[in-house]
Amino acid sequence: MNLEAIWEALPSFLEGLQVTAILLLASLAIGLVAAVPLALARRSPRPWLSRPVWLFTYVIRGTPMLVQLFLIYYGLAQFEAVRESVAWPWLSSAWFCAIAAFALNTCAYTTEILAGSIEATPAGEVEAARALGMGTATVMRRILLPSALRRAIPAYSNEAIMMLQGTSLASIVTLLDLTGAAREMNSRTYLPFEAFITAAVFYLALTFALVALFHRAERRWLAHQR
Amino acid sequence: MLHGYAGNLLEGTGLTLAVAGASLAIACVLGLAAAGAKLSKSRLARGVGTAYTTVIRGVPDLVLMLLVFYGGQMAVNEIAARLGYDGFLDIDPFVAGVATIGFIFGAYLAETFRGAILAIPPGQREAGIAYGMGRLQVLLRITLPQMVRLALPGFTNNWLVLVKSTALVSVIGLNDMMQRAGQAAGATREPFTFYLAAGAIYLAITTVSLVALKSLEKRYSLGVRRAA
Repeated sequence: MNLEAIWEALPSFLEGLQVTAILLLASLAIGLVAAVPLALARRSPRPWLSRPVWLFTYVIRGTPMLVQLFLIYYGLAQFEAVRESVAWPWLSSAWFCAIAAFALNTCAYTTEILAGSIEATPAGEVEAARALGMGTATVMRRILLPSALRRAIPAYSNEAIMMLQGTSLASIVTLLDLTGAAREMNSRTYLPFEAFITAAVFYLALTFALVALFHRAERRWLAHQR
Repeated sequence: MLHGYAGNLLEGTGLTLAVAGASLAIACVLGLAAAGAKLSKSRLARGVGTAYTTVIRGVPDLVLMLLVFYGGQMAVNEIAARLGYDGFLDIDPFVAGVATIGFIFGAYLAETFRGAILAIPPGQREAGIAYGMGRLQVLLRITLPQMVRLALPGFTNNWLVLVKSTALVSVIGLNDMMQRAGQAAGATREPFTFYLAAGAIYLAITTVSLVALKSLEKRYSLGVRRAA
């Protein structure tokens, strides 16, 4: 192990850490916010609402995130209408495309997680709320969503960790995240072990941090299950 | 529509499936070994098993793959040089890809297998021993056949994730479906068409796997009564 080389490359790893954190937080936030209404639609009794959401999650979960990322980053440029649209400066940026692809991906998985925990709501709770005279929207806001979101925490923590690892794909579309920093160090110094093991240690630390964070969230919001 | 690249893409699909199948074989062996280690009485074995599953699941596939590909290259050449060989050895991306993916999913499968073994009532194993079976016989006749049923749902999930992970081997230069889609995209300037086609093929593989593993699950659950 060439510790000196790692020490020299440390600033670029720290910048990479920042990029990874931004990619992760942005895509998780967008994905989660979009997944709440989609999960409700997925569990709706109306087929015109639930079928399209089912198709969306099936297609996204059935294809590699790399394909999704390439479709957005390289693929969209095929269409002249896209290249001439006002959104092109956004759509040609690796940052935007990476966050879009990651958010889309995590949104599909989160939708399924939430839909599952919505379905696990005891029927009596909803009936009781209705008997008290609550309308559909009030039932969702007061009864269905709070308990479904709580119950989704353990499964969602897995999704967040998978997503952290997924952000490493950003290095393939030129972003200098943790993996990007390692690849750059490897091609500059020819020290593959030092470069990739350093990145691996950073990812492991992030994973443990996420696990601890979700553990605390479970203690806070699933306290009644202990 | 695909400008004559369809055959080329399908050849890549064959390679993708070969990578997935070979990795799965390695992953099953490693997964069983790691599950056994985590359930063993020896502290050392448990420690090694836990370290393996924790570290692998905490590090991205891509980082491990690059580590094995570039690091393996360096290690192999170093060893070759010490043995007095003065040429340059290239690591085959197929070998690096399969080794990495197999190594990664061994850790995921270990958890699935461990859960399945724990779900088999210990009385059954004890009954086998009481009948005079050896440990290997108990494993082959009692534990493994029932594990299949219990492990299938988790196994299905892991297989689906594994197939999708194989897309990464294109990054270390293997001529799989993704790389061929990329080459066709470059030649025809129609990246959307070709990545969409690649996506459709992955989706087809996923769908066929789901259907096949579902019927396998039914077959292995014949003896189980379902409530309602």
